[in-house]
Amino acid sequence: MKALVSVKRVVDYNVRIQVKPDQSGVVTDGVKMSVNPFDEIAMEEAMRLKEKGKITEIIAVTVGGAKCEETLRTALAFGADRAVHVKEEGEIQPLTAAQALAAVFKKEGAQLFLLGKQAIDDDASQTGQMVAALLDLAQATFASKVELDGSKAVVTREVDAGLETLEVDLPAVVTADLRLNEPRYLKLPDIMKAKKKPIEAVSFASLGVTPGAGLKTTKTAPPPKRGKGIVVKTVDELVAALKAKGLV
Amino acid sequence: MSKILIIGQQADGKLDSGVAKVVAAARQVGGEIDVVVFAKDGAAAAAQAAALDGVTRVLQVDRTENDHALAAVVAPQAVALARKGYSHVFVAGNTFGKDLMPRVAAKLGVQQVSDVMAVHGPTSFDRPIYAGNAIVTVEAPAAPAVVATIRLASFTAVGGGGAAPVEKISVEAVLPTHTRFVSLAAQKSERPELQSAARVVSGGRALASSENFKKFIEPLADKIGAGIGASRAAVDSGYVPNDMQVGQTGKIIAPELYFAIGISGAIQHLAGIKDARTIVAINKDAEAPIFEVADFGLVGDLFQILPELTSKI
Repeated sequence: MKALVSVKRVVDYNVRIQVKPDQSGVVTDGVKMSVNPFDEIAMEEAMRLKEKGKITEIIAVTVGGAKCEETLRTALAFGADRAVHVKEEGEIQPLTAAQALAAVFKKEGAQLFLLGKQAIDDDASQTGQMVAALLDLAQATFASKVELDGSKAVVTREVDAGLETLEVDLPAVVTADLRLNEPRYLKLPDIMKAKKKPIEAVSFASLGVTPGAGLKTTKTAPPPKRGKGIVVKTVDELVAALKAKGLV
Repeated sequence: MSKILIIGQQADGKLDSGVAKVVAAARQVGGEIDVVVFAKDGAAAAAQAAALDGVTRVLQVDRTENDHALAAVVAPQAVALARKGYSHVFVAGNTFGKDLMPRVAAKLGVQQVSDVMAVHGPTSFDRPIYAGNAIVTVEAPAAPAVVATIRLASFTAVGGGGAAPVEKISVEAVLPTHTRFVSLAAQKSERPELQSAARVVSGGRALASSENFKKFIEPLADKIGAGIGASRAAVDSGYVPNDMQVGQTGKIIAPELYFAIGISGAIQHLAGIKDARTIVAINKDAEAPIFEVADFGLVGDLFQILPELTSKI
C-alpha cells in the first residue's frame, strides 16, 4: 500500500515574525525555513506505519517554488522512498494546492494521504479536507492515533468535546495533530542517502490544475499590543485590585 | 443584499454556544441570516437557534445519517443548500467548523476564509496568520459565495428573545458511507466549559504534577466558578488531558478574567489568550514573558500564593 505525505516549507516555528513596515507581508528573506511541524508528524506517522509493515512505499510531495526541494530532501531523509515536486513559484492558496495534491494522489494510486492539520504560516487548516472533498474520499482530521486495518483505518481525533474515534474506508485523508507522535531526529547517514533519492518535477499544467480566483491580501499588520500591566506585591493587593475592577 | 447561511452545530439536542457568536459576525455583514441545523432530530436545537437575535429563519434538516455530525456527511447537504442563492456560508471556527468547511468550500470551488476575526464589509475580513503574530486583511471573491469560519474569541454572542420561523426541509444530496462514527470519549465536568467560560484558571509546568493541579488549581477555579485550562507544557507532561490545552494549537479563548498560574508565556500560549479581557499572572520568574501581557502580575511561589489567594478571593 502506498502512502502520500505532503510537506510544506514554512518559516521555522522559533522565528519571531516581523511584519514589513509597508504592511505588504511578513519578513521571510534571510529567515530560517523548516518543514511545517505538523507535516513532520505526518511524515513520522507514515514511517511508523511502514515499519509496522502496513505501508510499502512512502511518496513525499510538496507544492511550491525551487527552494522547496530542501523540504522534500528532509522528507526523504526521514524515510520517504521518493518525492514529487509540484514546482510553482509565487503564492499558492489552499484550494489550488489541494487540486494539485489531489491530482498527484490519484496519479500515484495511493491509499492513504497523510499531512499536517495546518501549516504554521497561513494557519488555514484547509488543504487536507479539500483534497478529500475533491476526490470524494473519507477524511479524519486532527488525528492523535491512526491504525490501519486492511481496507479501513481507525482514527482517533482531537475534537473540542474530547476524543472522537472514526472508522474510514481507504483511500482516505488523515491530518496529523500535535500528539500523534514525536518525530525522530534525522541522522547524518540518512541525510546523505536522501540526496540520491529521486525527485520528480511536475507542474500545475502537467497535472491539469488551473488556479482560480483566491483571496487577495490587502494589508498585513502586527497584532494590537496589550498595554503593560502592573506588578503587585501581595495577594491582598491582587485581590483588592480585582475587586476594584469588579472582576471578583 | 447578502443572504447568509450559518451551519448550526448541535449535539444531543443542544445548539453549540458558538452559533450565537457566528450570528454576531453575520450581523456585521448584514442581510438575511438563515441557520441550518443538521441532526437526527433537530427540533430542540432549531428552537434554540430561532431564539437568537438577528436570525431570519431556521432550517431543520432531520436525517438519521446526521446523528453524528460527520464532515463527510454534512458537507454535501451544506453544499446543496448553499447553492440555493446564498452569498455567504459561515460556521464556527472550532474543530467542527474547521473539519467541515473546507469540504464545503472545495465543492463550491471557492477559497475559504479561515478564522475571521473582524468584518469590514461583505467580502473584506481580518484573519490571523503565524499564530496571531500578524493580522491580514483579505478580500474574498463575491461569487459564487464567501465561505468562512468565524474565530469565536473575536465576537460577542448575540442575545436571545428572537422568534424566527423554523422550517423543516429536506435537502437532495447523496451521502457517502465511507466514514463511520465509532465513539466519543468526552471529558465530563461540572465546571464551565473552557471555550465559553467567563473566568478561566490555567496551570503550567510549574505545577509539577497532576496531584498539584487538583490541589492548587481546582480549589481556586471552584471558588470563582471558573473553567480550567493548561499550557502545552503541562499537557505534554501529562498533568491534565489534552482537551484542556490553551494556545494556538489548543483552544483559543477570550474570558473576562484569566489566571495564568506557573505559566511562562510561550508565544504559542499567548496566541490562545490574546483576547482575554484581564490577565493575572502568578510566576516565580519575574522575567517570564507572561508578565509582558499580564494586567496584574504577582511574582512568587505559587504553592504559597494559591492557597492564600483561594481563601481571600
